[in-house]
Amino acid sequence: MSDISFVRKDMLPPKEPPASEVGVLGWLKVNLFSTWLNSLLSVVALAFVSMVIYKLLSWALVPTWHAKSLSECREIFAALGKDGHNSAACWGVIRDRWPQLLFGFYPNGAEEGVSDQRWRPVLDLLLLGVAMAPVLFSEKVPRKLIYFTYVYPFIMPWLLWGGPIWTPICIAAGFVIAYVVYRVLGNIFGSLVGLVAAVATALVWWLFLSGPIASGLASILPIGLEPVASRQFGGMMLSITIGVVAIACSLPLGILLALGRQSDLLIVKSLCVGFIEFIRGVPLITLLFVASTLLNIFMPPGTNFDIIMRVIIMATLFASAYMAEVIRGGLAALPKGQYEGADSLGLDYWQAQRLIIMPQALKISIPGIVSTFIGLFKDTTLVSVIGLLDPLGLTNAIRADAAWNGVVWELYGFIAFMFFVCCFSMSRYSMYLERKLQTGHR
Amino acid sequence: MSILTDPPKESFRLSMLIYDTRFRSATIQVVALIGFLILGGWLISNTAQNLVELGKEPSFGFLNEPAGYDINQRLLEYDNQNTHLRAALIGLLNTLLVAVMGCVTASVLGVVIGVLRLSPNWLISRIMTVYVEMFRNVPVLLWIVFINAIMIETMPAPRDFRGETPEATMKLMDTVAITNRGVYVPEPLFTNSLGDVHLFGNSSLRFDVSLDLLALLLVLGASLFASAKIRSNADKTQEATGVRPTTWHIRTAVVVLPSVLLLMFLGLHWGYPALKGFNFQGGTYMRNSLIALWLALSLYTAAFIAEIVRGGILAISKGQTEAASALGMRSNRIMNLVILPQALRIIIPPMISQFLNLTKNSSLAIAVGYMDLTGTLMGITMNQTGRELETVLLGMLVYLTISLIISGVMNLYNKRVKLVER
Amino acid sequence: MNKSVFFGALTVAGLAAGASAAGTLDDVKARDKLNCGVTTGLVGFAAPNANGEWEGFDVAVCRAVAAAVLGDSTKIEFVPTTGKTRFTALASGEIDLLARNTTWTFSRDVDLKFTFVGVNYYDGQGFIVPKELGVSSAKELDGATVCIQTGTTTELNLADFFRTNNISYEPVPIETNAEGQQQFLAGACDTYTTDASGLAATRATFDDPSAYVILPEIISKEPLGPLVRHGDDEWGDVVRWTLNALIAAEELGVTSANLAEMASGTNNPEINRLLGTEGNLGEMLGLDADWAAKALAVGGNYGEVFAKNIGENTPIGLARGLNAQWTDGGLMYAPPFR
Repeated sequence: MSDISFVRKDMLPPKEPPASEVGVLGWLKVNLFSTWLNSLLSVVALAFVSMVIYKLLSWALVPTWHAKSLSECREIFAALGKDGHNSAACWGVIRDRWPQLLFGFYPNGAEEGVSDQRWRPVLDLLLLGVAMAPVLFSEKVPRKLIYFTYVYPFIMPWLLWGGPIWTPICIAAGFVIAYVVYRVLGNIFGSLVGLVAAVATALVWWLFLSGPIASGLASILPIGLEPVASRQFGGMMLSITIGVVAIACSLPLGILLALGRQSDLLIVKSLCVGFIEFIRGVPLITLLFVASTLLNIFMPPGTNFDIIMRVIIMATLFASAYMAEVIRGGLAALPKGQYEGADSLGLDYWQAQRLIIMPQALKISIPGIVSTFIGLFKDTTLVSVIGLLDPLGLTNAIRADAAWNGVVWELYGFIAFMFFVCCFSMSRYSMYLERKLQTGHR
Repeated sequence: MSILTDPPKESFRLSMLIYDTRFRSATIQVVALIGFLILGGWLISNTAQNLVELGKEPSFGFLNEPAGYDINQRLLEYDNQNTHLRAALIGLLNTLLVAVMGCVTASVLGVVIGVLRLSPNWLISRIMTVYVEMFRNVPVLLWIVFINAIMIETMPAPRDFRGETPEATMKLMDTVAITNRGVYVPEPLFTNSLGDVHLFGNSSLRFDVSLDLLALLLVLGASLFASAKIRSNADKTQEATGVRPTTWHIRTAVVVLPSVLLLMFLGLHWGYPALKGFNFQGGTYMRNSLIALWLALSLYTAAFIAEIVRGGILAISKGQTEAASALGMRSNRIMNLVILPQALRIIIPPMISQFLNLTKNSSLAIAVGYMDLTGTLMGITMNQTGRELETVLLGMLVYLTISLIISGVMNLYNKRVKLVER
Repeated sequence: MNKSVFFGALTVAGLAAGASAAGTLDDVKARDKLNCGVTTGLVGFAAPNANGEWEGFDVAVCRAVAAAVLGDSTKIEFVPTTGKTRFTALASGEIDLLARNTTWTFSRDVDLKFTFVGVNYYDGQGFIVPKELGVSSAKELDGATVCIQTGTTTELNLADFFRTNNISYEPVPIETNAEGQQQFLAGACDTYTTDASGLAATRATFDDPSAYVILPEIISKEPLGPLVRHGDDEWGDVVRWTLNALIAAEELGVTSANLAEMASGTNNPEINRLLGTEGNLGEMLGLDADWAAKALAVGGNYGEVFAKNIGENTPIGLARGLNAQWTDGGLMYAPPFR
């Protein structure tokens, strides 16, 4: 026999997988047509989706952007052979009114003597992004930026409401004065006396001194912005203002309520629980009714602050109850060892909260805070029920214009789109954060 | 040798209230209480002073005055000569009606969508994701208005059913009419009706109980009880002898026969809706506003529930499924016996808080003109009588009570299913 | 942190407002701004345009008052109110004047404690139906579905009307006129009922207005007018006589075209008294002598305001009818300026 060997010496190259398992076909097979039930579902779903998209596009793709009124739109529809008054979109209303839907009645230069001020809310929103960056993306931005975050709460109302620059400066000065008093007196008489004295000085400053001093400074050096009444806020800007201010104000309140609820002081605890459960137990709309009809009755006779302030107050109280629950969740998620560790270091209650507990608890709570914000932001549409002209309230005002009477879908669609963009991006951020925090714990 | 001496008796000093931990908590509490009382007193005195200035004495007397307005959607009989209290009661029942309906549909939809989001079918899971994101990120008020507008614009009006060649026809063998005013369905009628019981005489809270319904419920309950009894007997036989007697036919008969007999005795027949005059007459009728509100609330809440369900299922570790299959269980039994019981513990508490949200959101009914508690008591009644303080406080109290009841139930459930940990 | 800033600002605002509990007229002058309550939007009566400026028939009253008191019709803050919030806004002092097509009724005047200073539009509640329904009288509406705006007197009138005529109906409550229009057009209700002016305005914007008829029955009296709080008669007088000045100016033939000419003096003593060239009516009100001239300069007299916002040449196309001058057989009758 010859030395024929039947042993293969070289490896066979791997065969191509069957065409039905890779590429588009393979993907289709695995993901859409794995069983007959799945195939059926896929076909039905595909038909449904394409029908919806077709209907939507044929409704939306019409050259009505430059129409001046609904009747002009209808002429265009008739020319295109579409019948029925809502057969296609009348985008003219959006072109005509989108600044109003975004900024409400914020001075736009139409009124004599007041120039276009709409850059202010825009700048404010951008600055909000900058101010939030150190909190939201702590590892990606320089640490020094946190100082801007501290200053921002004074800039923000000033930019929105305008007035002399001295008002926010004087109010900020109150904090500085309080801090100085606290350090000086605290070192001499002990921290508690220092704290009480600091609070008292700050209150005296804000209530009696800051007003006259600010107006005095303003008359000497009149630097400032055109004042804008909160009445003139409207549209998306109103929703964002109410949402942001209420959430920012509710954070400290919520922390206090959460601590109160966790504490073992019976009276404090029951007051906090009572407040939280009451606010969480009633619909927001009833609180808005309180804001619109009752809040002035609760205040001393003669007090009168405008409806937007009242709504912001009620929204703050509302959000603070939810915030308290979120932060309570954060506190509960901390391992008991952290509390015990703080105790063993000899820290007192407030030191432990400030240095050990809160930084961690707040970090865990950020996703919850973001979703509370999304919820509140969406709920700001309810203010249209009490007559404020938020985007939804404006639809009614716009439809009261004889030119646009009868428009329905375009306005709702545009508003829904704006809310969707805002809320969706925030919820994505919150999910990203949750993932990041999760890996941090494992 | 050492002498034990008592530590020097400390006399009480005022500063101990602050610096001594034994007294400090008491001090803080007393200060908090005093602060709270001062705040409360301040608010009340302001209110009293303002009300005197406005010339409005707080009083609930208006509740017994005739309301003067009509309510279309009502579960109890009501006309415009009834009192404001009665109108508020009708509104409360409407709130509860839409809340219960909404909770049921939202849970069913939510579970289905949550499971489908985990479906291996790419297209289906994507569609469900789009659904969830779409509903979660747009305000519920907008959805309510939107769905109402869709119902009004796309459903046929009753006038479209008229004429020789109507544009719209009735569905399901001419028994159901879907219009943009609502959905008309046949209603059961009884020829030998047992009549009604009138409770609470002539007061504002009076209501009628249909004896027919009561009888039907009683019979049905009794037969279900009997059926359960038969089943447990069968279980016992199986345990004792190992052979399970066939009981399904007896059980079916026990459940169905008495009810059918009762219905025949009562003379059941159906009242069909028919177009007469301006509207469909006969049958029962679910109004557009109710449907729109119900749909919007269910679809919106379902998106949240879907996320909860998905989270709950994903939270069950994969090992559970694998262990169950290793025991030779089939996949539906794995779901029913292993995954769901564990997932439910995670799912139910947040789900109940969604129910709470849905109930509270039902107060947006005024946007579509559904006369719930907000629409009657805190809407028209407030507007006609000018009693803002009383109506809003009363309305808040009612909502608070509903919420507390729901969260009470939730706490009970949580206690029952709580895992006992260290 | 933000909170404190905010509450600081609030306290300042509260103190500022608390200090001024004097008469409304002094308040308005001190504030240099008139707060005027209007609807959140009703075609022809009040609606913001694309620039955010409010326009309409009710708005014109507000502007005239602002011009008379402050000399500038733009020194005005429009407060949109709903049917629900309007009375509390006025009672709490949030607005100085409510011009929101509000019906003058006994209980609003006496029980809710407001002063109606006059009537700027005589209205009545009517019904609109599609022609194809074949209804020619509201009494034929037995069993009909009726769309109705809530929070107004109309729902009480409606209940009364159907009860008097012993026929039944099904109410569909709606929040705003725009929704009512939408439901009615889609056929979700057989008829829509509201003030006849609103019906005409609504019908005017339909695709095909001729396919709808407004039924002849007017089932209620709806005198619509501006109102102020009880107990501040000086302010009530200012608003009342500004409205009367608009009405009287039409009767006397003072228009925005000839206003400048007439303000320099005419030989009609009543015009002279009205425009302040004779007598001291302005001083009596606590205003400038030419207060009425300023009010008239904004949009002209009552007839011009009517014609510009809701008159026959506008899309709304309302005839004067009851709102014509008494000399033309209408009800507009201003007391003498003397």
